[in-house]
Amino acid sequence: MVEKVMDVLTKEALEPTLYDLSVPGRVGVNLPECDVPTEELPADLLRDELRLPELSELQVVRHFVKLSSLNYAIDKGFYPLGSCTMKYNPKLNEDMARLAGFAQLHPLVDGEASQGALALMYDLQKWLGEIVGFEAVSLAPAAGAHGEFAGILMIRKYHVSRGDTQRTKILVPNSAHGTNPATVTMAGYEVIELPADSEGGVDLDALKKACEEHGNTIAGMMITVPSTLGLFEARILEVIDLVHAAGGLMYMDGANMNALMGVVKPGELGFDVLHYNLHKTFSTPHGGGGPGSGPVGVNAKLKPFLPGPIVDIVEPAQGDEPPLYGLVMPEQSIGRLKAFHGNFGMHVRAYAYIRAYGDSGIRDVSRHAVLNANYIRARLMDTYRIPYPRYCGHEFVIEARLDGAPDIHALDISKRLIDYGIHPPTNYFPLIVPEALLIEPTETETKETLDEFIDVMKKIAREAVETPELLQNAPQQAPVRRLDEVRAARQLVLCCRPALPEAGD
Amino acid sequence: MSGYIPHTEVERQQMLAAIGVTTIEDLFEAVPASHRFPRLNLPRPMSEMEIVAEMQALADANEHAGEFALFRGAGAYHHFTPSAVNHLLLRGEFYTAYTPYQPEMSQGTLQAIFEYQSMMCALTGMEAANASHYDGATSLAEAVTVALQAVDRRHRIVLSGGIHPQYREVVRTYNQGRTVEFVGDNQPRTAAELAELIDDNTAMVAVQYPNFFGQIEDFSKLVEVAHAKGALVTFVVNPLALALLKPPGALGADIVVGEGQPLGVPLSFGGPYVGFFAVRTRYVRKIAGRIVGETVDRDGRPAYVMTLRPREQDIKREKASSNICTNQGLMALAVCIHLALLGKTGLRQVAELNYQKAHYAARRIAALPGFSVDMSLPFFNEFVVKCSKPVAAINDALIAEGIIGGYDLGKDYPHLKDRMLMCVTEMNTREEIDVLVSVLEKLA
Repeated sequence: MVEKVMDVLTKEALEPTLYDLSVPGRVGVNLPECDVPTEELPADLLRDELRLPELSELQVVRHFVKLSSLNYAIDKGFYPLGSCTMKYNPKLNEDMARLAGFAQLHPLVDGEASQGALALMYDLQKWLGEIVGFEAVSLAPAAGAHGEFAGILMIRKYHVSRGDTQRTKILVPNSAHGTNPATVTMAGYEVIELPADSEGGVDLDALKKACEEHGNTIAGMMITVPSTLGLFEARILEVIDLVHAAGGLMYMDGANMNALMGVVKPGELGFDVLHYNLHKTFSTPHGGGGPGSGPVGVNAKLKPFLPGPIVDIVEPAQGDEPPLYGLVMPEQSIGRLKAFHGNFGMHVRAYAYIRAYGDSGIRDVSRHAVLNANYIRARLMDTYRIPYPRYCGHEFVIEARLDGAPDIHALDISKRLIDYGIHPPTNYFPLIVPEALLIEPTETETKETLDEFIDVMKKIAREAVETPELLQNAPQQAPVRRLDEVRAARQLVLCCRPALPEAGD
Repeated sequence: MSGYIPHTEVERQQMLAAIGVTTIEDLFEAVPASHRFPRLNLPRPMSEMEIVAEMQALADANEHAGEFALFRGAGAYHHFTPSAVNHLLLRGEFYTAYTPYQPEMSQGTLQAIFEYQSMMCALTGMEAANASHYDGATSLAEAVTVALQAVDRRHRIVLSGGIHPQYREVVRTYNQGRTVEFVGDNQPRTAAELAELIDDNTAMVAVQYPNFFGQIEDFSKLVEVAHAKGALVTFVVNPLALALLKPPGALGADIVVGEGQPLGVPLSFGGPYVGFFAVRTRYVRKIAGRIVGETVDRDGRPAYVMTLRPREQDIKREKASSNICTNQGLMALAVCIHLALLGKTGLRQVAELNYQKAHYAARRIAALPGFSVDMSLPFFNEFVVKCSKPVAAINDALIAEGIIGGYDLGKDYPHLKDRMLMCVTEMNTREEIDVLVSVLEKLA
């Protein structure tokens, strides 16, 4: 909660905006003269003014270096943000994505001109399919939510193609990411929410009841494995059987795949479709909010419906000649989800990542992600209330309610972590746990880093009782203090004023 | 230990002891035993040196703009990007940060988005912009969603056939589960003919400016008719062209969307790119995607924060109009840095170079026997060339001379068989253009 803040600006901005720094007539780029004969520009089509800033190159560089210094990032320190898998983003992968043959490749070159890129995409499709036990993969979706949308559209088209048009409902556990119910609505479907049982799993009785009640109107179910609480669904096979028996298909939200690689193949469990988050499990950088990449994998049943284009072999290898790869639209495809063929730059990075770990290493990623999470969990158990007495997957949730500190909330603990130079865990998610803090360390963190985090969390628990104001006033050590979010929404200022035309223009 | 995992055997044992188990495998007891720890049929691990060698070979197998003279655009453009853009993008503080949900630790990302939003408003002539969508095509799809909500109980969307064919496909993909009728793009139509399709059930009409063929159409009457019928007008734009052309905000647009790739984002075989999305203030509460606003902190210091959050899926869940969660953060940052460097003067200069070089090439090609150029409307940096033989045959001959020729329009428009969409940017030197012309001359 943000307390009342002063209504007037009493301090300087941390860094002026580009428009504040702008000086008329200044230029930050060195462009060539026109080397062709010129002609008159069509005056009636031209704009009068262009309200862009004017800065020197050095000013621009200093501005953005200053802005970067106001950010926290994985490269700076520990980032245990649950459900986001903030693992190390290997530098090699950035170099690979910038190779001229990838970075300067036009998406609409003729088939034979992009064989290197297509071979890379083909192998990545195959490897991603192998990791989850699926028949086919499309790299087209641009993000996890985009992959979810593709998945539900495929389920829809599958039913429609069989004349099964009355199936319009998707079962979604109440612990789900918000994208799941939003996706269902976007696809024109209806959400049936399912409660969790006391152990954080799907309430099987409620599921049975829903299957009976909604019967042949059930199109499928979306479920995250391990759940958003970080728990493996112990009765997942029963859940899948129940939904299949009702005629529905099973969608797995792959946000938490970092716990599952080489541990279990969702395709072998009976799932029909899932999406990957290359920006979580496969180390492509989060970029301050994107770009992501959310490929979808499917079993044979849904293969004809994949979003396109996908890469396939159009002429098989002959002797020493490699096969000819091509972009193809699956026969009953749900269609195109974006222009061109997915976020290729992210495919390159994920390819390099899987190459580095290979067959023997990919399983180690998930083993150590789960080891790290359980280690923190075990060591915080005497200090914090940790619901669900079971080993966790790659993340776990604590209830940030401390005895003797009735006024302290999850948000206060989060903000105090900032003072100690650590990014807070995800707060207030999943919604079914009060004062939730969702902690995900990932496999790339050392034991020393985990120990330091544990020590800080214990120290904050003591402070909560002894000096609660330290938490309530946190952060003090960050570039800014808590922000007035209400003001931001009420007095909307969404761009620098000089960018807008003046009234009457 | 392989890859990027730091654990030593000693540390593993210490951690297992603290947990109270003897092996890591003990932690997976909840996974059905029958399916636990399957074999993975993947290639063996590779060292960093081996990965570089393999991926360099894959990259070299492609015919790219670093080695070929590129005259192809059609929605993805080869432009100059100052070195400073990439250097700044490679700062780990930017690219290894998450979404700015904790504003106290993310002022850098937040201010950069705010500045990006500002410059997109300046370019489009609109009053508000969001933090971006996946690409130009999905931005258009999100515009349809906004229109369907803003104009109640209407189900018709009029699409110009001059909108990028893949964008129109994406819009249809997005809406296959909803009751929406798309009309207008099944045959060539002028702006006046499109206007005739706007009825009382029409929520939105969408046009492209310059259109897919590079041409600048006059949409003034169309906008008038749409507004008179209560429909919104969406412009799909090339943002570089807007450095020169009247902004859509001045032409009556309600929503402006487009692909930000021409502003500092590499071709990268089609992605990641960045879809911009700008609107009139009155629609800002209906749009999807992240929006950054200005506020103050407890001490009264100006600062930035994601705002109007209750629109978004993580709060509104099944009542949200879109499931979008990410923006194209790093690509929006690239656009922001690129625009800051080029600024008011540089961007205009680049746009003029594009205009002049494209017109020079068009004049030269139009003079060749066996070729003609459609000059019926003004154009920016792309134009349609009518050829006397199949485009594929011409492009085969061009590639042998180190030139990637224009886009074959017959693939998407049956009536434009043997027509090539030629793109010329500031990256094409006069020498390249002259070589292109001389090779074409031999093919006539």
